[in-house]
Amino acid sequence: MSGLIYLIPIALLLGLSGLAAFFWAMRSGQFEDMDGAGARILIEDDE
Amino acid sequence: MTAYTAINRKAIERTILAVPDAHCAGCMAKIEHGLCAVPGIVSARLNLSTRQVVIAHGRALQVPDLVAAIARLGFAAQPVAETNTGVSDKASRALVRATAVAGFAAMNIMLLSVSVWSGADGATRNLFHLLSGLIAIPTVAYSGQPFFRSAWSALRHGRTNMDVPISIGVTLVTGLSLFEALTGGPHAYFDGAVMLLFFLLIGRMLDSFMRDRARDGVAALLKQTAPGALVIDAKGRGEWLRASELRPGMRMLVAAGERLAADGIVETGSSSLDRSLLTGESKPDPVSVGDRVLAGTLNLLGPLTVTVTAAGQDTSLAEIARLMEEAGQGRSRYVRIADRAARLYAPAVHATAATAFIVWLLLGAGWHQALLISAAVLIITCPCALGLAVPAAQVVVAGSLMRAGVLVKDGSALERLAEADRVIFDKTGTLTLGRPELVNPADLPTDARPIALALAQASRHPLAEAIRRALENEHVPAAELKSVVEQPGFGISATLNGRPVSLARGDTSDGLSTTLTWPGGKIVLRLADHLRPDALEAIVRLRSLGLEASVASGDNSRSVAGAIAGLGLTAQTGMQPRDKLDLIGRLRQSGHKILMVGDGLNDGPALAAGHASLAPASASDVGQNAADAVFLGDSLLPVAKAIAAARRTMRVVRQNFIIAIGYNAIAVPLAFMGKVTPLVAALAMSGSSLIVVGNALRLRNAAQ
Repeated sequence: MSGLIYLIPIALLLGLSGLAAFFWAMRSGQFEDMDGAGARILIEDDE
Repeated sequence: MTAYTAINRKAIERTILAVPDAHCAGCMAKIEHGLCAVPGIVSARLNLSTRQVVIAHGRALQVPDLVAAIARLGFAAQPVAETNTGVSDKASRALVRATAVAGFAAMNIMLLSVSVWSGADGATRNLFHLLSGLIAIPTVAYSGQPFFRSAWSALRHGRTNMDVPISIGVTLVTGLSLFEALTGGPHAYFDGAVMLLFFLLIGRMLDSFMRDRARDGVAALLKQTAPGALVIDAKGRGEWLRASELRPGMRMLVAAGERLAADGIVETGSSSLDRSLLTGESKPDPVSVGDRVLAGTLNLLGPLTVTVTAAGQDTSLAEIARLMEEAGQGRSRYVRIADRAARLYAPAVHATAATAFIVWLLLGAGWHQALLISAAVLIITCPCALGLAVPAAQVVVAGSLMRAGVLVKDGSALERLAEADRVIFDKTGTLTLGRPELVNPADLPTDARPIALALAQASRHPLAEAIRRALENEHVPAAELKSVVEQPGFGISATLNGRPVSLARGDTSDGLSTTLTWPGGKIVLRLADHLRPDALEAIVRLRSLGLEASVASGDNSRSVAGAIAGLGLTAQTGMQPRDKLDLIGRLRQSGHKILMVGDGLNDGPALAAGHASLAPASASDVGQNAADAVFLGDSLLPVAKAIAAARRTMRVVRQNFIIAIGYNAIAVPLAFMGKVTPLVAALAMSGSSLIVVGNALRLRNAAQ
C-alpha cells in the first residue's frame, strides 16, 4: 500500500504535464491551420 | 541593434489577403516563395484552412501592389473584410481549454473511483475521496463557468434554460460529496459531477466548432463589395485607402473592373456601371460626367474619377443596413429546441429532487441521507444525454451538408430551416445564374467566331464576357485586331486587315442582344440570363416536402415572366427591399414560416426577416452575411437538400429526446429508492450518452 504514496503523485503529475503540453500547443498557434500543417511537409525547400 | 529593430518594426505593415483558390502544398510553396521574392515583402505565410495569406511588408507597398503580386503568381486575391471574428474564436478556445481540464480531471478521478468500487475501504477510501475532491473542486470551478454564466444570465432575465438544472445539479452534488469525503462517508459523486461536465462540454465544443467552420467557409467566399479605393490628392499623388477611411470631398480613381467604395459624382470619364448588386437588374447603365453613382456598383468600361459625396455609414447602403437590423430582431427572439425542452424539463427535475428529499425525511431518514438521495436524483436527471442530443445531431448533419455544398452557419439555422413551410425566391442570381449566356452560338458562322472572340476579349461588359466564355469553351482562336476602341453605351470597334469590325449595342426592345458586324456580314447575338440547372427539379422536390414556392423580384414583370416560364410559379414584380419585407411580414401574420432564398444587396432585409434564409455563393457579401446558410455551385438542388436534411435532423433530435427521457423513466425511480450508487450513476450516464451520439451518427449521409 505504501507504493501509493509515490504512484498517485506520479500519475497525477504525468496527467498534468500532458494537459500543460496541450495548453502550450494551443497558445503557440499549432492548431491554427490544421490543413496547412499536413500539406507543409510536402513542400520541397531547396533554398 | 535594438534601436535598429525598433525602427524597422515600425516600418513594417501586416496585410491579410484572401486567396480562395489556394488548395494544396504546391500553391502554398508557390505563393510563399513567390511573395518573399518580391522586394519590400519581409515574409508571407499562407493559412490553408482559412485560405488567407498574412504578408509582412514595407510601407512602400500598398494593397493593390500585393494583389498584383499574387496575380502574377497566378492566383486571385482579395482584401479581407474587417470583421469581429476574434470574439467567436476566443469563445471556442475557452471551451477547448475547459474541456481539456474536465477530461483530465474526469480520467484521474475515474482512476481513483474504480479503486473504491473494486473494494478499497477504510483509510484508503477516505484518502481517495479526498484526492478526488482535490481534483474535482478546482475543475468544477474552472470548467463549469460556461454553464454557470449562461444559467445566471437566464435566471437574471427571469427565464430558464438547460444550463440551470446543470449548474444546480453539479454544484449541489460537488458540495455534498465534499461533505461526504470530509466526514468519511461511503459514497462520493465527484466522478459523476466531473464526467457530466466533460460530456456536456464536448457537446458545447462541437456546436462552437460547427459555427466557426461554416463562418470560415463563408468568409473565404466573401467577395468584398469594395474594400477601398485609390484616392488622388491635390498634387495628383495616389494613395490606397480603406472604405472606412474615405471622406466626402475626396477624389477617387475607379479603374475598369473595380467596385465603387463610396457614393459620389462622376468628375471625369464615362463608362457603364453594373448595378445588379444593388437592384438585381443585370442590364448595365451608362454614366458620364456629372452623374450620381452609388457604392457597390461595378465599373465595367473605362476609368472614372469620382468625387465622394457620402462614404461609410452615410452611403445609400446604410438604408438597407438599417432595414436589415430592424428585420433581424424577430429572429433573435427565436428560442432553440433545447431551451424549449428545458422549460418543461427543469421544473420537473427540481420538483422530483425536492419530493425525494421530503419523502425520505417523512419516512424517518436522517437529513443527511435524504439529501444524498436527492443529490443522486439530480445527477441522474441531469440532462447529460439531453445536452448532447441536439449538438451531436446538428454537427453530424452540418458536416454532411458541407460535403453536399451547403454551409450552415449554426444549429439554430438548422432548426429554423426544418420549420419553413413556404419559399420565396428572388429571381436574378437566385433562380437564374445572374449572368447572361449566349442563346444562339450555333448561328454564328465559323469565319466570324475568331473576330467575335477578339472583340469580346477587349471588354469587361457582361455581354462581352458571356460571348467570350461561350467561344473560349469551344476553343476558338482569337483573330488579330488593330486599333480596338471601346465606346461606353455603344460597343467595341476595331479593324481587321484594314476593314472595320464591331460588336455594338443591339436593339434593346428585344431583351439583351448585341450586333456583330464583320466584312462577311452582320448578325444579332441574343443573350439571356438562364435558369439555374435543376431549378425545376428543386421546386418539385420542395413542393413534395410541402413548401409552396413563389417569386419576388425587383425586375419588371415582362423579364420576370420570361425568365421563370415553365417553373409554374407565381411572381410578384417591381418590388423594392421594403416591399419584400412587407410581403414576408404579411405571410408571417397569416401563420406561415418563410424560407427566403435571395442573393442581392436588395434582398438583404428580406433574408434577415425570413424565418430562415439561404443565399447562393455568388451572392453579395451582404446577402451571404444575412443568410442562415450559403450553397455552392450553380445547381438549385441544395435548397431542397438542405430542407430535407434539416427535417431529418429534427426527427433524430426528437428521437434522442425520447431516448434521454426513457432512460430517466428507468433511472429516476431507482434513484428515488436510494439504489443509485456512484457506480450506477457513472454507467447510466455514459451509456445514455453513447446511445444518443450513436443515433446522431446515422445522419452522416443525410444530405445525399
